[in-house]
Amino acid sequence: MTENLHLWAIPLLPLAGAAINGLLGRHFKNAVVSTVALFFTAMSFGWAAWAVKSAWPGGNIALPHTETVGTWIWAGKFTVPFGFYLDQLSMIMVLVVTGVGFLIHIYSVGYMAHEGGYYRFFAYLNLFMFFMLTLVLANNYLLMFVGWEGVGLASYLLIGFFFLKDSAADAGKKAFIVNRIGDFAFLIGMFLIIQHWGSLNYDVVFNGVSQLSPEAGWGLLTAIALCLMFGAAGKSAQVPLYVWLPDAMEGPTPVSALIHAATMVTAGIYMIARSNAIFSRAPHALEVVAIIGCLTAIFAATMGMAQTDIKRVLAYSTVSQLGYMFLACGVAAYSAAIFHLMTHAFFKALLFLGAGSVIHAVGGEQDMRRMGGLRKLIPRTFWVVTIATIAIAGIPPFAGFFSKDEILGQVFASPHGGKILWAVGLLTAGLTSFYMFRLWFMTFFGELKLGSVDVGEEAHKASAPAHAAHDAASHAHGHADDQSHGHGGVHESPWIMIAPLMVLALFSIVGGWVGVPASMGGHNEIGNFLSPVMHASTTAKIVAVERGSEAAGHQTEEPKENSSEELMLAGTSVLVALIGFYFAWLLYYKRPELPDRITAKIHGIYLLVLHKYYVDEGYGQLIVKPLLALSTVVFWRGVDQGVIDGLVNGAGSASKGIGGELRRIQSGNIRSYAAWVAIGGAAVIAYMIWIGVAK
Amino acid sequence: MVPLSWYLILSAVLFCLGVLGFLLKRNIITIFMSIELMLNAVNLTFVAFANYWNAHGGLLPSGKPVVGLSGHVFVFFVMVVAAAEAAVGLAIIIAVFRTRETLNVDRVNLLKL
Repeated sequence: MTENLHLWAIPLLPLAGAAINGLLGRHFKNAVVSTVALFFTAMSFGWAAWAVKSAWPGGNIALPHTETVGTWIWAGKFTVPFGFYLDQLSMIMVLVVTGVGFLIHIYSVGYMAHEGGYYRFFAYLNLFMFFMLTLVLANNYLLMFVGWEGVGLASYLLIGFFFLKDSAADAGKKAFIVNRIGDFAFLIGMFLIIQHWGSLNYDVVFNGVSQLSPEAGWGLLTAIALCLMFGAAGKSAQVPLYVWLPDAMEGPTPVSALIHAATMVTAGIYMIARSNAIFSRAPHALEVVAIIGCLTAIFAATMGMAQTDIKRVLAYSTVSQLGYMFLACGVAAYSAAIFHLMTHAFFKALLFLGAGSVIHAVGGEQDMRRMGGLRKLIPRTFWVVTIATIAIAGIPPFAGFFSKDEILGQVFASPHGGKILWAVGLLTAGLTSFYMFRLWFMTFFGELKLGSVDVGEEAHKASAPAHAAHDAASHAHGHADDQSHGHGGVHESPWIMIAPLMVLALFSIVGGWVGVPASMGGHNEIGNFLSPVMHASTTAKIVAVERGSEAAGHQTEEPKENSSEELMLAGTSVLVALIGFYFAWLLYYKRPELPDRITAKIHGIYLLVLHKYYVDEGYGQLIVKPLLALSTVVFWRGVDQGVIDGLVNGAGSASKGIGGELRRIQSGNIRSYAAWVAIGGAAVIAYMIWIGVAK
Repeated sequence: MVPLSWYLILSAVLFCLGVLGFLLKRNIITIFMSIELMLNAVNLTFVAFANYWNAHGGLLPSGKPVVGLSGHVFVFFVMVVAAAEAAVGLAIIIAVFRTRETLNVDRVNLLKL
């Protein structure tokens, strides 16, 4: 312990903001609310930056750096501290969370300006920051779990922010409940860890894992890894638990950007990367992770192609990109996963915020079919969204290219991966490029179908579709207030919204440059930076059951002989991205009548995709309905009404009946009372005599 | 000398008569008299035992000899209490008679549900 960085302040600062705004914000002016929220978030970001700078590898602070501020649970030998853990992995996470979080806070000031519940929004947002930072800074699984549940809570509150709208309230509940299924598995995983190592502290557990002999603990580690993986699948919206994320788009757009794209949903990836010591020793669990990630990536990408709601396209894109990260974890390329997590945080937050800016501009409309031609009307938004679209499509030298290429390369080369996983990943990359450019063309090119620029507010309101009614209404209000801007209908967002977009756009361009692979003349700094954290897996892997498996940090030494192959892989993925772009261009720009003809041709498949493969309906029929029936018939009517109410009512009616019978004794007849006294007296005497005889 | 058991048998007979009178008679005055009979049956037991222990030098559980007059003293206590009780009881009987105009206990049965 060299220097005290007071890491506890990083999460607690936003908590203070949440407390002030949550308890007193009702009485504040909007400007005060946003000042408080921004101040504490900025402080947190500053503190995090300072801590990272002070603890930068090579300095006088040994990493991982642990700070314990107290004991939380103390039961026999088992203790859980309030401990914070700073290493290369949590450095990246904490900077992404506070940095992107701060930018989104700024954006929200503009975006939420005309919404009700302004203070509530910022209180929740700050609360989210607190829990997310707890999650990434905890030094044990239980404290991580606190953050894990807390971000779920914040997510629930923010998805259901427009709680008067039924669909928003339902979406909040859905997110919470689906997450709970994953959390259950996470808890079981933690119980297994406690049982075998008696502690949840990362250092104890990972040490314990690395000290197991190669053959030992295989089943145990696989079980733990699978439990953790399932928990991560819930939080990170993977098959089969991804269904909550698209619905989560009911929340305000900055929430979608912060929670459901950049930070919270990546918690599962973080958790797996954090637990790499366990996962790397459980190759079968890794296989499952890779397959789930791969399935999610392709599945969500195809669903994203048919969506018409701009936010839902991005939601499925998020699910798909998270699938990529899962896939990377599954081939033990944790560094690549974290790299993609970081770049994804930049460009996906940018996409969501850009989409928010578009929605803001067109008065709450979310249906892309009604958009178009916005390129000229909101040029700044157009340019930043363009940057983000190129970044996510994987075209060099934007950020997404390097991280995606890193993942695909690792999948191709890693012994855990394989050609099939790689091919699916590549196909997904093409689909990603296609649906993102589809969004881009539909939104920014062609004709504006809302009506012309001169159309006034009334037409906007009239054309607002039912499903976006609330947003539309609230934004239309915003418009009425914004009349002073003077453009009437579609207008560019205020600078307070555009400025964060520009910062994010910058990072969407340069964010990938920290991971330029050696084959392209870079040094893959991020891989080297993270390799100490993934070191446990390196050593473990050497002795792992699967001989010859590659270390997570192998990209540093291996690529020399394979650089041509890597370049070829990168070229392939760029080519695929361009093909995706070409088809999007062809279908949605050059010949916009083609999509209708194609969908008419393959009507069945189109409907299947449009309805998201009927997964929600399937879950409803296969799980929710039987569960509801079971609960109704067995648990409600049977156990609750039959057994529990039966016991309670039975006790009541039994005493009533007994009382009714005993009441007859009280006849009011004094001689019968006397007889009872006499009988009682006789019985006492008889007992005493019997006692005497027994002696 | 009359043996102790004779006194006790007489006492038991008297007590049982009291009990039976209490249970079987309806007239409240007769019932009252039956109570007196029971009390006096007990008194007889007290004096009989007192006499018996005096004659045989019995010991208390604590090891001390039985003091000659303790049984007799209890009899006086019982008599005093019985007298007090008779006063209260007769007052109640008069009150009952005034309100119900009867001395039949079967008709004094207000104390029931």
